[in-house]
Amino acid sequence: MADNGKILEIIRAVSQTIEAHKDYLTELDQPIGDSDHGINMARGFEAVDAKLASMADKDVGTIFKNVGMTLVSTVGGASGPLYGTAFMRAGMAVPGKMTIDMNDFLKMLEAAIEGVKARGHADVGAATMLDAMVPSLDAAKTAAGEGKSSGEALDACVDASWKGAESTKPMVATKGRASYVGERGIGHQDPGATSYSYIMEAVRDTFKGKD
Amino acid sequence: MVGIVIVSHSENLAKSVIELTAMMAPDAEIAPAGGLEDGSMGTSFERITNAIESVYSEDGVLVLMDMGSAVMTTEMVIENMPDKKIEMVDCPLVEGAVAATNDAVLGLSMEEIKDDLAAASRTPKF
Repeated sequence: MADNGKILEIIRAVSQTIEAHKDYLTELDQPIGDSDHGINMARGFEAVDAKLASMADKDVGTIFKNVGMTLVSTVGGASGPLYGTAFMRAGMAVPGKMTIDMNDFLKMLEAAIEGVKARGHADVGAATMLDAMVPSLDAAKTAAGEGKSSGEALDACVDASWKGAESTKPMVATKGRASYVGERGIGHQDPGATSYSYIMEAVRDTFKGKD
Repeated sequence: MVGIVIVSHSENLAKSVIELTAMMAPDAEIAPAGGLEDGSMGTSFERITNAIESVYSEDGVLVLMDMGSAVMTTEMVIENMPDKKIEMVDCPLVEGAVAATNDAVLGLSMEEIKDDLAAASRTPKF
């Protein structure tokens, strides 16, 4: 279980992890994209971070919608509308809730994935963030279904996410800038799948109370 | 008159497309939405919104984009203005902008301009 205060703490940790890995995310984007993923994501989450204090009394749905809207307005690259849609749809899955449980988390992630698929006209196998998102949801669902704790389900979620990000290396991208690079993109890990994995890692670590 | 908006990652590119359309259709209602607020490369939700509002009338607005986030961000701007008559067009940016502005100053409707832009997409350059 996480209340709205914990959610704000998690989003703050997400902003910090994006800032911490900004250069690496941009580096991943250099051979296959336009070298801006880390810069764009950091600009977006810096703006999110600045707004968190004003969301202290808001419900989780509203917090996520605000975060999504802020990302759309500030990121400037494809990750703006994609992550923006993901957060907004996740928020719409838990309207008015002040506290969320694992079941809500799964619903939010599912809604986020549907949003990204629709916005990007993409699915798994195209070397995008969906290659990390979809397996991470499946793994969390399976773990929760087996009666594991929320912490264990989030561990499974993070592990599957990183494996999914790794799985984009041999893929030929068919979406976004990387599609112009074609087969020369083989061997490179997708930046969006990587940023998503860092985000999930921050969610898990903050939920569990690690530093 | 139908308004036209040019969305690009580059502030200069969006402005230059309009410079080019002005050769044939200087009176067109056309606005650029290129780059981010600080002038760097990217697409800005706010700039696209403002550009649409600056050329909006009841005749509607057609938006022409370069690629990637220009398309997705425009899509979100339009979703955010549900009561307005705004549509994206899938066509070559420069040829489409020239065709659209010529049509617009002649008073063609949004539907008629869209038909012409679909034709522009199929017209070979040589």
